[in-house]
Amino acid sequence: MPKRTDIKKILIIGSGPIVIGQACEFDYSGTQACRALREEGYKIVLVNSNPATIMTDPEVADSTYIEPMTTEILTKIIEKERPDALLPTLGGQTGLNLSVSLAEEGILDKYNVELIGAKLEAIHKAENRKQFKEAMGNIGIKVPASGNARSLEDAKEIAKEIKFPVIIRPSFTMGGIGGNVAYNIEELEEYVNFALEASPVHEVLIERSVLGWKEYELEVMRDRKDNVVIICSIENLDPMGVHTGDSITVAPAQTLTDKEYQIMRDAAIKIIREIGVETGGSNVQFAINPADGELIAIEMNPRVSRSSALASKATGFPIAKIAAKLAVGYTLDEIPNDITRYTPASFEPSIDYCVVKIPKFNFEKFPDADQVLTTHMKSVGEVMAIGRTFKEALGKAIRSLEINRYGLCEHHSKTVLNDSEKKEFIKKHLLNPSWDRIWSVVDGFRMGMTIDEIYEITRIDKWFLYNLKQILELEEEIKDQHKSRDLSTTSVDDTTAINNESLMDPVLLKKAKQYGFSDIRLANLLNASELDVRNFRWENEIRPVFKVVDTCAAEFQAYTPYLYSTYEDECEAKPTSKKKIIILGSGPNRIGQGIEFDYCCVHGVMALKEMGFETIMINCNPETVSTDYDISDRLYFEPLTFEDVIEIVEKEKPEGVIVQFGGQTPLKLAVPLFNAGVKILGTSPDSIDMAEDRERFAALLSKLGLLQPENGNARSFTEAKKIAVSIGYPVLIRPSYVLGGRAMKVVFDEGELEEYMTHAVEVSPGHPVLIDKFLEGAIEIDVDAVCDGEEVFIGGVMEHIEEAGVHSGDSACSLPPYSIEEEIIEKIKSQTKALALEMKVLGIINIQFAVKDDVVYILEVNPRGSRTIPFVSKAIGIPLAKIASQVIAGRKLKELNINNNRKNNHVAVKEAVFPFVRFHGTDTILGPEMKSTGEVMGIDTDFGKAFAKAQMAIEGGIPLSGTVFISVRDKDKAPIVNIAQKLHNLGFKISATGGTAKAIAEKGTPVTTVLKEYEGRPNVIDHLKNNDIQMVINTAEGKISQKNSYNIRRNAIVSGIPYFTTVPGAIAAESAIRAVSSGELDVKPIQEYYME
Amino acid sequence: MKAKKAILALSDGKIFEGISFGAEGETSGEIVFNTSITGYQEILTDPSYKGQIVNMTYPLIGNYGICEGDHESMQPHTEGLIIKELSPFPSNWRSIMSLDEFLKNNGIMGIQGIDTRALTRHIRDYGEQVGIISTADTDHQSLISKANGLSGLEGKDLVKEVSCQKAYNWEEAEIYINTASGSTHEQSEHSKQYKVIVYDCGVKYNILRKLKNHNCDVIVVPASTSAKEVLSMKPDGIVVSNGPGDPAAVPYMVENITGIIGKKPVMGICLGIQILAQALGYKTFKLKFGHHGGNQPVMDLRTKKVAITSQNHCFAIDGESLYNGQSAEFGKVEITHINLNDKSIEGLRCLDVPAFAVQYHPEASPGPHDSSYIFNEFIEMMVNSQ
Repeated sequence: MPKRTDIKKILIIGSGPIVIGQACEFDYSGTQACRALREEGYKIVLVNSNPATIMTDPEVADSTYIEPMTTEILTKIIEKERPDALLPTLGGQTGLNLSVSLAEEGILDKYNVELIGAKLEAIHKAENRKQFKEAMGNIGIKVPASGNARSLEDAKEIAKEIKFPVIIRPSFTMGGIGGNVAYNIEELEEYVNFALEASPVHEVLIERSVLGWKEYELEVMRDRKDNVVIICSIENLDPMGVHTGDSITVAPAQTLTDKEYQIMRDAAIKIIREIGVETGGSNVQFAINPADGELIAIEMNPRVSRSSALASKATGFPIAKIAAKLAVGYTLDEIPNDITRYTPASFEPSIDYCVVKIPKFNFEKFPDADQVLTTHMKSVGEVMAIGRTFKEALGKAIRSLEINRYGLCEHHSKTVLNDSEKKEFIKKHLLNPSWDRIWSVVDGFRMGMTIDEIYEITRIDKWFLYNLKQILELEEEIKDQHKSRDLSTTSVDDTTAINNESLMDPVLLKKAKQYGFSDIRLANLLNASELDVRNFRWENEIRPVFKVVDTCAAEFQAYTPYLYSTYEDECEAKPTSKKKIIILGSGPNRIGQGIEFDYCCVHGVMALKEMGFETIMINCNPETVSTDYDISDRLYFEPLTFEDVIEIVEKEKPEGVIVQFGGQTPLKLAVPLFNAGVKILGTSPDSIDMAEDRERFAALLSKLGLLQPENGNARSFTEAKKIAVSIGYPVLIRPSYVLGGRAMKVVFDEGELEEYMTHAVEVSPGHPVLIDKFLEGAIEIDVDAVCDGEEVFIGGVMEHIEEAGVHSGDSACSLPPYSIEEEIIEKIKSQTKALALEMKVLGIINIQFAVKDDVVYILEVNPRGSRTIPFVSKAIGIPLAKIASQVIAGRKLKELNINNNRKNNHVAVKEAVFPFVRFHGTDTILGPEMKSTGEVMGIDTDFGKAFAKAQMAIEGGIPLSGTVFISVRDKDKAPIVNIAQKLHNLGFKISATGGTAKAIAEKGTPVTTVLKEYEGRPNVIDHLKNNDIQMVINTAEGKISQKNSYNIRRNAIVSGIPYFTTVPGAIAAESAIRAVSSGELDVKPIQEYYME
Repeated sequence: MKAKKAILALSDGKIFEGISFGAEGETSGEIVFNTSITGYQEILTDPSYKGQIVNMTYPLIGNYGICEGDHESMQPHTEGLIIKELSPFPSNWRSIMSLDEFLKNNGIMGIQGIDTRALTRHIRDYGEQVGIISTADTDHQSLISKANGLSGLEGKDLVKEVSCQKAYNWEEAEIYINTASGSTHEQSEHSKQYKVIVYDCGVKYNILRKLKNHNCDVIVVPASTSAKEVLSMKPDGIVVSNGPGDPAAVPYMVENITGIIGKKPVMGICLGIQILAQALGYKTFKLKFGHHGGNQPVMDLRTKKVAITSQNHCFAIDGESLYNGQSAEFGKVEITHINLNDKSIEGLRCLDVPAFAVQYHPEASPGPHDSSYIFNEFIEMMVNSQ
């Protein structure tokens, strides 16, 4: 069936800001879909509030709306654009839920918009637990015994019937949010209340626990002729009980016989048909009882998911792209397989390698959060690695994680326990799954535990355990051999001296590499350096070969160079003799380094391609656009470690390597690569060092006559104390060489300083801590610019909404600045230029300034792509990373013809999105350590409206009426009184705690006094819970005050009530409310903004 | 146990070194690659692999060992097994022994540690050819010249080596694993028990099990059984099974089927289609590299629907060889199925007599169940021929 011609314009809804459970995989899928559909001649209207996406680049869709993703705003967009169809299945749960709302509210009918891909009924059948269960009953597929509850009473009733432990799953949520396992009635009460809140329809499923069963996923595709294919099977190493997003997963399934696999396949096909997903991809999750093979269906996502991104990268089959084409009427047999070209997409990929995905966690950012992994997802990113064996892929995945572990090293060795205590300790770790469980498993083996023993505790399939044990056995063999060599060299014989020069038996070395051992891990085992191992390896010609991911296990010729390394015989890399450039990607997503950096990498690739270079991408993050095989000319899906990168460089022999787009990950490699003789394109490693090295940096500033806050370096508490006293508290303290403000903190007194120093030294051994005078109440400014060595193009000057001290990644900011004087802005611009030129920056530079009492201070200089590049690019309509790439490749800004003096008639506001709701027990107060996972952008004609849109785009939004609760620290009372007055004039009721209320009342604004939590009941918490408060303004400082207000912030976030923890934030909120109250918000595609 | 070195030599001079598992010694056969990720046990025991050494493209083999009830015949028939990595540790609740043990017990040689992808690419580019695995002879040249001295599948009748010696009744339906649904396997809606004679050219058990699922009375007969004998048993339908070797080398089977077409409904599977096709007047030819795997897209030209099929054939039907699809003896022939990868013929149907056949394996095992509807069509054909 050919494509449909009755539809011309298609609306695609993106997934909004990056949150846990919904990351850049939906940028990948959405971008693929937009491209595929435009290729077919359809007009695409795209909505996504997240500016850090490739899909919101103006050239990806015909009309791109970076607007809040609410039904009201979507309705306006539909009204304006009049699309013929809405494709709901590519924007994650957010896009799906919004589509459902639009359909249910009759908006799609009203404007005659057809849902394509999945109809409303199908979405309901899949997403509504009760309907899903019924549907499964219709086709004879078992599901865990369960019942639906709309109240705690219902839930208790059901739990009694199906017996504890039970799983609690809220309807219509993603990433398992609000899900939990309850072992007793007490836990049930707690979790059910939480889950009811989390479910947008206030419904939860109480389900029989199948903890410990084997867990699988199948990625299924269907076309409108009812052809169904399975793209990939995935087996979770972690059995049922850990959210699949938090599990180590392996593709394809490893421990199923063909009989079992086909039964599962049949079930998946029946399910997609019964649910009625007409076209596109779905993901079906199954559990299998390891004791008797009983199979049950757990859930089905009627849309492209995180797993489909993984499956796409694992197989080379572009699920989202194909799903988009199927949605407009093509059938699988009509679409060619891009990789093989001459065979159709109506087949099932066969792979001839093993893929391992490991999630990445950021618990160090949320020290109070429970680290035990359960049914709601806690990881913030993931890595994928490809190897010819599980062992090899696992080793590669581990070193891709960037957690300073290069193999299955001793994990619990630090614990000072005797053997039996240690065994108990390890057992405990095995019992409670956490991010480090595989290390615990291997430690268990080291302690002499058997496969059976560990299996009984973990229920990790014995096949996996056996493989882990094989790795350990080889490690022991290496150690033994090393020991005996050491012994033999102490003997007198001369011939053994030659042996000493050889590090280890080359045959064993080759086996170790095939088992996924990294050079660093081997170096540790052999008491040698990484370089020793590499040199020895190269001398013995033990080098990786590169193989192609081709969807078909080599049955047909592949035309796409999508490669991975392995230690085998035949290399398929076939480098070309073209002029080529390697761009290093940003590795796994984590807080502080996410989609923004992938965005920069992709832009880098595109710009260099346009200039005629062959582009080579290296990355290990399956969620990204950069690892789509048709972005770069050649894709190496490899760990971003020195070992792996240098092998590719040696193979490809590029003009050079670009390290400035991928954040800290590639930047860390700049010096080692440079030292190995690799040309670093763009800003030199020396200049990078100039920005990172405190002393060189201070010298640079003084040469240019620029200011920075008073500061000093300390290696001990005594030193730190001395510095803090001399520059005066509060001080900002942090370890050197970190990203995302890791372990950065504002310290108010000596006690806090001491506590920090005991903690910080562990964070960064061998590096001093940096202590800065903390500029209280200063305004922070971020600048992104591009420098070609002669000229500087200022992309944007952004004013933070929160005051200095809140990490720039967490602070909302406005472009252009909304409160500082033109004169100051000019000063900042000229300082930026001076710094960029003096540092000989070639490419992007990001500078953070603080302005206090009209004095400009320099906080930090980053001669690399920054987190704000996509935001600035979207705000001004000029792609900074592309320009930077052209400059890096030798072009001059002059040639590029960019208007340095243009003025935009609009304001863009960036707001951050936080994962607090997922981390039970963490405080939500902002500080110098970055905690946000994603961002949104609001764009409009003035600051108030743009800020209002940014607030609407994050959960909560701003209220237009109701009660504002205010509780502020003493020094904020003066400014807050004004805000209270203004809010009162806008029709809000004001309630406040004692001191604050008094200050407000004194100015004549009516205010209700509310008790603090410890003052009695009903107090502010009760009011929050009773929905009597619509907005919170709460500032606090110092440990005690922060602790006292902790519950306020926590409850606000759980109930989705907007809260502001700084005065500037509150001022911005008030101006936003004013802007919205005075008139309706309009929508406009960014393409129109850029034309102005 | 110290791993023993083994060598794989191809007749075109290519050498691969690996580690021995299973039996030791020397073995030879035509090297084919199979792209199925699961199902090595079914593949090893499929008689169609007689005369062949199978190179599994999926690198991790042996993960679930050998399971009770997953055999496709009494014993393994492949001449050898080539893999990347053997799992000595089977993990599955139905597993009864390791793959290594099974191969040892049955005297089948395995070689692991091979760059199976390189081997696959070699076969893809240079064609299927004879190879030797040896732990006895480590001299490359000697092995290569031995391989050169051996002939491939062309012209070889291997059916006689795997066909049963005398007729027998088959009683077992498909095994039932504790599944999500008891109805995963189709059940017959016909109360009547049809008597089906299966020509055993190397039949896979699952063809018999499928027929049993459909409540057929299944009698398996040797390939040497004449048409007359078969007809005298008064069957309702005849199945010509899969089997090894060159379809052009079994003229007696072609003769048998020629004597049955038009008299009783006939269904052919795999080698069965090639035999039926020859009876209709087609010629067969050897593919550069055959279809061996569980992901082959086949379009049913009647419905335009695509099924993912399990396949295992080195030979194919030359569609041009029968002018205008008109059989001299049996009338019009329609091509019902094609492989979407290379457009080769995957299904034929006679329009004037009750006979059809498919090149792929509707009985799956290993592989997807998408095509089990073919058995329904056979039942229908018997119903309509009553």
